[in-house]
Amino acid sequence: MNKEITGTTWTVYDGNTLTQNEIYGMTLCELGEKHPDIVGLSADLAKSTKIGIFQEKFPDRFINVGIAEQNMFGIAAGLARTGLLPFVSTMAAFTSMRAAEQVRTDICYQNLNVKIIATHGGVSFGSAGTTHHATEDIAIMRSFANMTVIVPADGIETANAVRAAVDWPGPVYIRTGRGFEPNYYTSEDYGFTIGKSVEIRQGTDITIIASGITVLQAAEAADFLKKNHGLSVRVINMHTIKPIDKEAIIKAVTETRRIITFEEHNVIGGLGTAVADVIAQSGKGCAFTKVGFPDVYSEVGYPEDLYAYYKLDANGIIEKVQQVMQKDFEEDENWDDEF
Amino acid sequence: MALTTEEYQRLLQTAKKLRHHIVDITMKAGGAHIGGGLSALDILVALYFKYMTIDPADPDNPDRDRFVLSKGHAAIAYAPVLAERGFFDKKLLDDFNKFKSPFGMHPDANKITGCDASTGSLGHGLPIATGMALGAKLQGKKFRTYCMVGDGELNEGSNWEAAMAGAHFKLTNLTVFVDRNMQMIDGPVEEIMGLEPLADKWKAFGWEVIEINGNDIQQVAEAIEKAQKATEKPVVIIAKTVKGYGVDFMENQTQWHYGSLDSELAEKAHKSIDKVYATLGA
Repeated sequence: MNKEITGTTWTVYDGNTLTQNEIYGMTLCELGEKHPDIVGLSADLAKSTKIGIFQEKFPDRFINVGIAEQNMFGIAAGLARTGLLPFVSTMAAFTSMRAAEQVRTDICYQNLNVKIIATHGGVSFGSAGTTHHATEDIAIMRSFANMTVIVPADGIETANAVRAAVDWPGPVYIRTGRGFEPNYYTSEDYGFTIGKSVEIRQGTDITIIASGITVLQAAEAADFLKKNHGLSVRVINMHTIKPIDKEAIIKAVTETRRIITFEEHNVIGGLGTAVADVIAQSGKGCAFTKVGFPDVYSEVGYPEDLYAYYKLDANGIIEKVQQVMQKDFEEDENWDDEF
Repeated sequence: MALTTEEYQRLLQTAKKLRHHIVDITMKAGGAHIGGGLSALDILVALYFKYMTIDPADPDNPDRDRFVLSKGHAAIAYAPVLAERGFFDKKLLDDFNKFKSPFGMHPDANKITGCDASTGSLGHGLPIATGMALGAKLQGKKFRTYCMVGDGELNEGSNWEAAMAGAHFKLTNLTVFVDRNMQMIDGPVEEIMGLEPLADKWKAFGWEVIEINGNDIQQVAEAIEKAQKATEKPVVIIAKTVKGYGVDFMENQTQWHYGSLDSELAEKAHKSIDKVYATLGA
């Protein structure tokens, strides 16, 4: 790394040139300077997950366990018990399923300070197919007590999330893509706080709640709908799935009365479910739809083709928003007139 | 001999006292994994009352030796050991298994002072202990990590991932005990899912193997002292033990993996323990 990373100097150039996981690797290096207790772990994916950038800089603080994810997360728990701060990286599928019990029992149950960067989330490893897709990981991770779950919108938000995770006590699961996703943010100074969503488009007709790759797509869809259909679409970047920003959801229920969620995940158990929980418990009604993978195993293909197929790109979002605009919901206290 | 006559007597007396205590708690708790607790006890006694650098007055000292009870169901033996060593009041154990007790069938490190890892799900302890040993190495700390796995537990593949890593990273600061009591829930280990040749398996994974009688404290002590001098390979001590050791009607009986005692049976157990220690001269 010739370029000095100071922590607040990501430029548009960096964001556009570096992949999400490269930015993660560089951020971890920057943090490694300040925090001598940080150690990196990989299970033969140092190159793919970009934690290898940390390895190059801190070879004595990096452990490659080979292809053994269960052992890796157990080792991370042991390292944390000795006072170190492990950052563990492997693909989201293997983190959340192969090593699920180690993450739950060794790390979350013991409430240990282990930070997990799970790469290749959703269908970002497109052509690799279902074995390497992770469309269940958020559901699994958010069901573990003590776990914090973050799905950054892009590389710049990943840098913010990784930095915030260092100061956030307990286990954190940060889900990234493969690294070829375009950025939404051009600067990191937008007030990233774990558990606090970001309203990236103001609107009064409908609210889109997005996370990960759907944030950029939702912003583009909202701009299109405003320009061509005069629709006022609020867009919320719900980067933290747990703890979820209840306040922003309830505000959207009362102010827009229509909510639609977009996530690169099974519609069961992820962002949409988390939002639905809040809506259902608010006692207020609204038209609501969740969009993601409709409880199916994902197809093979390039990610952009898969996003289009599953209605997670801007065109899909526009189509789904228009559908929800047609949906009825109870406007007043008289329920009988709807039936 | 690793232990002087005096030390040996002291550890024997401690083990005897703890066996009686384990029987009492098992009765009060309404049941416990007493068979595997009794097989493991003598190793725990040697570690906690002779070899581990620990201080009950400073239980979180970062330089203390660590112990991971991978066969977490032996908590019925482990918790009394920690109490006897002075980490907490042994009266707390009267509520073993009861509502909101810190002590359930499997140890919770966040609730039990002196306990280094929450365990219970088999195949988890050795990776955690491996991480602790690596943590010592990375930080240039001198503490040692000990881990006890059950023999049946070695059916779990994650142990062998950790065994590979322990040898690869040359973790000579890690010592593993296999509590080779030959029994698992459904029957004898060699019948359900055989492990033999077990010593050869560990050797093939790059470990130095010491085989002992794990209920003979003198042999346990010798093995630990040998393991502490390891310079090349991590050491595994395959400790041949008797499930239910010290209580005649439990010994080598599969059904005593988990069992309960009424006062009559408990009395029989206490008598049997006294008899065993009388022959040992304690």
